[in-house]
Formats: sequence, structure tokens, C-alpha cells
Amino acid sequence: MRIPRSRSTLRASTLTAAVLLFATALTGCGSGGPGGSDDGSLDVWVYQDASTKVQREVIKRFNKTSDIKAKLTEVPGEGYSDKMRTSMGTPNAPDVFFNWGGGSISDFVRKDMLLDLDPAIAKDPELKKAFIPTILDAGAIDGKHYGIPMRGMQPVILFYNKEVFEDAGASPPESWDDLLGLIDTFKGAGVTPFALAGTDAWTELMWVEYLVDRYGGAGVFRKVQSRGMAAWDDPAVLKAAQTVRDLVGRGAFGKNYKSVNYTADGASTLFAKGKAAMHLMGSWEYANQKANQPAFAKSGLGWTTFPAVPGGSGDPRSVVGNPTNYWSVNAKLKGDERKTAIEFVKFAAGQDYSKDLIANGDVPTTSDAAALLAEHENPDYARFQYDLVKRAPDFTLSWDQALPATYTPPLQTAVQKLFNGQLSPAGFVDALKGM
Amino acid sequence: MADAAPTRARRPARQPRRSVGRAGVGRPGVVWALPGALFFVFFAVAPMLLVGALAFTDWDGIGTPSWTGMSNWSRLWDDPETHQAIRLSLVLTVLTWVFQTPLALLLGVWAAGRQRNRAVLSAVFFLPLLGSSVALALVWKSLLDPNFGLVADIGPALGFADGDLLGSSNGAFGAILFVTAWQFIPLHTLIYQGGARAIPRSLYDAAAIDGAGTVRQFFSITLPQLRNTVVTSSVIMVVGALTFFDTVLILTKGGPGTDTTIVPYLMYKNGFQAFDLGYASAVATILVFVATTVSLLLVRLTGFAAMRSTREGM
Repeated sequence: MRIPRSRSTLRASTLTAAVLLFATALTGCGSGGPGGSDDGSLDVWVYQDASTKVQREVIKRFNKTSDIKAKLTEVPGEGYSDKMRTSMGTPNAPDVFFNWGGGSISDFVRKDMLLDLDPAIAKDPELKKAFIPTILDAGAIDGKHYGIPMRGMQPVILFYNKEVFEDAGASPPESWDDLLGLIDTFKGAGVTPFALAGTDAWTELMWVEYLVDRYGGAGVFRKVQSRGMAAWDDPAVLKAAQTVRDLVGRGAFGKNYKSVNYTADGASTLFAKGKAAMHLMGSWEYANQKANQPAFAKSGLGWTTFPAVPGGSGDPRSVVGNPTNYWSVNAKLKGDERKTAIEFVKFAAGQDYSKDLIANGDVPTTSDAAALLAEHENPDYARFQYDLVKRAPDFTLSWDQALPATYTPPLQTAVQKLFNGQLSPAGFVDALKGM
Repeated sequence: MADAAPTRARRPARQPRRSVGRAGVGRPGVVWALPGALFFVFFAVAPMLLVGALAFTDWDGIGTPSWTGMSNWSRLWDDPETHQAIRLSLVLTVLTWVFQTPLALLLGVWAAGRQRNRAVLSAVFFLPLLGSSVALALVWKSLLDPNFGLVADIGPALGFADGDLLGSSNGAFGAILFVTAWQFIPLHTLIYQGGARAIPRSLYDAAAIDGAGTVRQFFSITLPQLRNTVVTSSVIMVVGALTFFDTVLILTKGGPGTDTTIVPYLMYKNGFQAFDLGYASAVATILVFVATTVSLLLVRLTGFAAMRSTREGM
């Protein structure tokens, strides 16, 4: 079980975590369970959550057009990674399955278990044009595409509490100096400048990801992906780590951030109740606030981009986060089944699919979705996200998901230790290089 | 009830046949132990052997494990995080025993008496045992939230300014110790209550005639009579403490940093987050070895294995 990807549903899913741990232990045996394409149908696996209904609809539409029928298997969210991993390479493996790109599938790619979709994309120029290029590329491994985007985008956004800003007579930060100034403004007003959930290290990782991107650009992390852990040596990483210590020292995150959690809504409540002014979080924060503090989500929640840093060479239009989720196709499929699977994943590029996503509150990653966004329940927010991602020269996938699973725990531990002051910036760089 | 009746009816018919075969001794044969033994072999012994074998391989959960000889073990030997985890596990185990045993013993002995309200209060004390560990840990997580939880108010009194308890190494470790104690003391109270109830009333009557007070009676009668109960409870407690997991997962995730990463959590981190199942198996093997050794030692050193009765000479 890696970091849960769909964080909006985290609260409920934590509760079932232990049960599922047990369940995955059983499914890991590979006995029984759904799967297998022996019956001539296409077995499609998806992560089960509030967005699953979009996939249910597309299966219905697809089956009207195809001789080989697709069958949807909804795998309960928290156990998805384990189940996917334990089933691959067994006869129970899915034919088409949901994943997060990057590290979630890199081991499968290494073992030639996934179909390279580049020939299919090359044959169909419409398909290539259908998606925002940075998103399609964010799921690529070693330059080859193994996934077709199939869910909404989840960039990391700097949220702010409008009421708190009004009370302090402040406006959202447009530069790093603005941001540092706001820290003092809010500290003076007795408000924590930034809500931060220090017990959940992935929330701290977002800060490091953005800072490295602003200091050195998206190339820094790309170098780590292609050349290995020694590439953490880049000066931008050290600079980002020093900035983190500087922010902590200025009191940007308050005094007890180390004990605050995200999964039990500690940080989000702090932010919604006006005890914190800003919150750097994935776009799912909106859905999360809508569920728990509907009034705040409707009128109090503001959003802006992460500012540039002085002396940074990164493009301030770039974003980090989760570009989207992808469909990948099992390489064991041959002949008609393979053709059918490719036809099926292409349905994710269709307008009907985008409309379903928007109706569900998601922002689609298709390049022609702009005109559809007026139908979104919060068109301003949807447009902000869509434009943010569309004009971004790079969309860096969260590091803990982009790197192979084996790096996730040490990465998170190092980040948490950096924020806690248990590691110096130089020690942090060494820890990353030593992973 | 419908099932029970025919069973009871069949029993007399079988009884004589079996007694004949076994020279009149009515004890069940090996066959009777077979279902239990098979279950144990398939679900405990076999997986344990497999884990032992996996500890010498490199396996990421897909494909075939490849033999790597001792590399997991040399890594284990050099890994500071593993050293820290073993140290934390041992400290947690000792503190758990020191913290839980006196409380459970006193509560259990008290609950064995016949005071007013005893039954009601015992039932209340028993409640934490009924909840699921995960649900309880989530409740405690909310209570320990530094801004909205109980600890926001009482934290400063405990020495944790701003309620920053889970963010400090000692605070987080203490929280694990406290929450697990709160959860498991009722079980041990129950064990002690049963033990104390079994002590013959006549011992106390005789002591009372000799003029022994409550305290003297406790130390001279109750405690010696509970000797075997103490060993039972201690073994359960120690093995339990060595394998604490869910509370850590939900309350601290092994943090801050790695300061509450005890051995079972380390195993989970390596096995199911990093998918480094070979190394995780090596950690698991260590855990099995340590837990078995500690419980055997406990049983040996206390003379529990001899099953000496506490009623000798009575």
C-alpha cells in the first residue's frame, strides 16, 4: 500500500485500511477473485471511489459498439496498488487497468508486462491531439507512452482563505517577497500563515517539489529519474531544502505543524476555520472542503499559483501534483483482444467521457475541454485549474509516485526529518543521494 | 439445537468402540488433532518457512524472487533505521510491561471482589477491548490533534507547548505506549480477575484470624497465588508489544522522522510501501526469532513450564 492517491476520500478509507490489509493478504494468494480474460471478455480494473461512475458509463457505451465486451472490476481504493501488483504476471491479471503512471507501473514496464501505446498513438493523430501534451507525457516512461489519461487533473494549488485575507487587508502572494511579507502579516494577526500537516509527509513533499521546480526547473527531477539518485546533487535541491528551513524558522507553518494531520482533516479544518491563512494542497482540497465545510468551499476558498523564487531558473508557470490517472493495457493481449483494448482506452478521449467527468466535478485533461467547463459546478475553479495546467510547460508528477515504490518510504522520511529539523539541508541532500 | 440433538444421540454408540481400541483410555487420538494441526501448518508454519526463504532473496512482488544470499542480512546489520527499530521495540516492550502489569493486577484483584458497583465499573473498564484497534486509534488521533483535540487544552500541562505531542519524539512514543495500554489493560485485568477469583477463600479467612490486614493479605496470599497468572499475562503482553502495528500506522506513521518506527512497522514499510519483500522478510524473521526467544525465556525463567501448582501443601 503506497500513499493513497485520491486524497479526497482518505478519511473514510483510513478506517477500512486494516481490513483491506487483511483482504489484500488473501487476494495476494492469487486464488479465485475476478480477473482473467479466458471468457473472451475484456477485464477492466478501476480504483473504486466517487469517480468510478464515469467508468461505469463508458463501459456501457463501449459495449454497445463492440463485439468483445468489456467488464468492469471495481477494486476498493486503499488496496488497489497491492492488488494490482500481486495480480500482474498471474493469470488473474487485468487486461486494461487504472494506474498513476510513473513509479506505479515502471516495474511492470521493466518486465515487459505493458503494451507500448506509441504505435497506436502514431497511427491515430486525433488521439495524440486529444490530450494536453504535458499530461500525456507525464505518464510516459523512458519516453514511451504506456497510459491514456482517464480521470480529472489534480495539480497542487496554493489555496487561501478569503476572509482571513480581507481581515488582514492582504492580497494573495504574487512573488516570493509577497509571500515572506504575508508570513509576518499573519503572524502579527495571530493566524498561522500556512496550514501544514506534518504527520503526513506527502503534504510536506509538495513544498519541496514546488521549490525545487522554481529554483532549478522540471529538469532537476527528470535528471533524477533518468540518471538515478546521484542527481539529487543539483544545487536547486539544496537551495529548496534551505528555503524550507528558512520558512520553518520564520514560523510560516506555526508551532505545532509536526503534530497536525491531513487524513483526519486536521490541516483542512485549521484552514477553513480561519486559524491558518493559506494551504498548499492538491486540487482535491476543494472536494474535501465541500464535504466538510460546504459554506467555506462555496464562498471562502480562494486559489492562486505558487510564486517564483528569487534567483530561480524554473518556469513559474510549471505545476507539480498528479497530472491524472491512466489506462494501461496488458502486453499479454494478442490479436482482436489487443485491438479491442486499444479501442476501449480511446473512448477516454471522447467528448461524452469529458462531459461525464465534468458532471462528476472533475476537470478533464482533454485539449478541447475548455468549452465544456461552464457545466462544472464551480466553473471559475475548473477554468483556473484547466488554464493553469494547459499553459504549464511542465507538469511534474509527485515524486513519491514518479519514482519506483522502493524509494517512497526513505523519501518521505527524509522530507519529514527536514521539516522537523532532524536533518540539515545538506543532510537532506545526502539522505536523498543515499536512497 | 437441531444439530446438537443427533450428535448427542450418536455419541454413546461411538464411545465403546474407541475405548476398545485404546485399551480403555477414552482419550482422543492423533486424528482428532489433525484438522487443527493442518490449519496450523498451512497458515502458520508454511508461511513462516516461506518468509524465512524469502529473506534470502530479492523480490519486488512481481515476477520470480531471485536468490541474493546474505545481502539482506548484511544490509540489516548495517541499517541504522533497523537498529533504531529494534531498540524502540525492546524499550516499548519493557515499558509496556512495567506500565500495564501493576495496573492490570490491581484492577483485576479489585474486580474479583464483591464490592458495590463492582460489576458496573468492571463492565466500563472492559469497554476499550471491544472496539476495533483501528477505530480506537482514529479516535485517539482526533483527541491528539494539536489544534482541535483534547491535547490542545491539556498538552501544555503535560509539557507539550501548543499541543505539539505527536510531533515530539517522546510525546509520540508516549502516545503509543498510553493508547495501547488503555486498550489492552482490560484484557489483562480480566485474566487477573479470573486468577484472583480462583484463590481459595479459606486462605484469606485464616489470614484474617491471624490478624493480617488487606495489604499484608495482598502481598502474602494474592500475589504468590497469582504467580502463574502473572506469567501468562506477561507472555501475552510481551509478545503483543513486540507486534504492535495498527496503532503506530494510524497514530504516528512511524514519525516524527523514524522515532516511533518499531520493528513491525518497519516490516510493513519495507514490504508494502517499498515492495522490498526480501528485506521485509528478513526483518520479519528477526521479529519471529526475538518474540519466540523472549516468550520461551519468560516461561523458562519463571518455572512456568513445570506447571507447579500454587496449591502445594494445601
